[in-house]
Amino acid sequence: MDMPVIKCSGLSKNFGNVYALSKLDLALPAGKIIGLLGPNGSGKTTLLKLACGLLTPTEGSIEICGTAPGQESKALVSYLPERTYLPDWMTAQQCLDYFEDFYSDFDRARAENMLAALGVPGDTRMKTLSKGTKEKVQLVLVMSRRARLYLLDEPIGGVDPAARDYILSTIIRNYSEDSTVLISTHLIYDVEKILDEFVFLQQGQVVSYASTDSLRADLGKSLDEYFREVFRC
Amino acid sequence: MAWIFSSDRPIYLQLTDRVISGILTGEYPMGSKLPSVREFAEIASVNPNTVQRALAELEAVGLIDNQRTTGKFVTEEEERITMAREKRGSALARDFLKNMTDLGYDSDQVSQLLREAQEEKEEDEDGYAGY
Repeated sequence: MDMPVIKCSGLSKNFGNVYALSKLDLALPAGKIIGLLGPNGSGKTTLLKLACGLLTPTEGSIEICGTAPGQESKALVSYLPERTYLPDWMTAQQCLDYFEDFYSDFDRARAENMLAALGVPGDTRMKTLSKGTKEKVQLVLVMSRRARLYLLDEPIGGVDPAARDYILSTIIRNYSEDSTVLISTHLIYDVEKILDEFVFLQQGQVVSYASTDSLRADLGKSLDEYFREVFRC
Repeated sequence: MAWIFSSDRPIYLQLTDRVISGILTGEYPMGSKLPSVREFAEIASVNPNTVQRALAELEAVGLIDNQRTTGKFVTEEEERITMAREKRGSALARDFLKNMTDLGYDSDQVSQLLREAQEEKEEDEDGYAGY
């Protein structure tokens, strides 16, 4: 098998005495769209933050394309955080300038097209944009890089259904055999058609990692149904 | 508009069914070029790898010819399409019969209903003639 895009070995992360991830082992291949799913507090965001180097492991290791998260991996990883970090005073156009300056793999034309398609005004300050529109800008920035690994933390949670469809088709259009997209979301029904594989996290551990279509073939269930069953409250 | 899939069968199988329907109903005529994997993925809003798998199935049964440089085409062998039509037709007939049996109809009653439905359809069609 080719080198995994993400490889976790015995990966643990605790905050004080709370374990967010506990001895997690996982290897994700290139060229897949993968859902990172689990109930609230199962460790999804922690795993994404470890993968992009915003957190460091308490124990164990995580590798991105064979190297520990750092300067090298950051050039390969495009991360969409839960909350946008774009400064209030910037316009969408200035945000594009910023990303173009920062990342050599940033595709300006693609970003401009996406902003136009989503109807985001280029010259309005972030401060005056709605929450959903800000999220669209952030997503456009992240998806306009030609990265090896996209880490998307709830990319469709805050936007309207039409924009949701557009975002999902952007992910499909953007698909390449070398890059992997890891999507954390609770909106399983909306994303499951575009997922090759899924990872179920619970209490900081992987409880299931399989292909979405094999789930349907073996159990006759959609991912959404299976999730509700596994994590029944 | 994204295609709708049921939750009980693998998406790639539902995709092959949908493309076969397209071939049988003339949406994708004999010998015509099919959308690319990427285009299909966008049209149906599904993962490109799933489309790839579905099209590979259709290639394996000879309904699609893969011409490496120019793309994928619906077969020009009429026989294969006829076979696919017969297979689809008899599957639909079996489903229909099973549903009718479940409703409590025997085969004579089913035949009777089919004849009546056929007559009604013809009357409707006559009724609209001239519009």
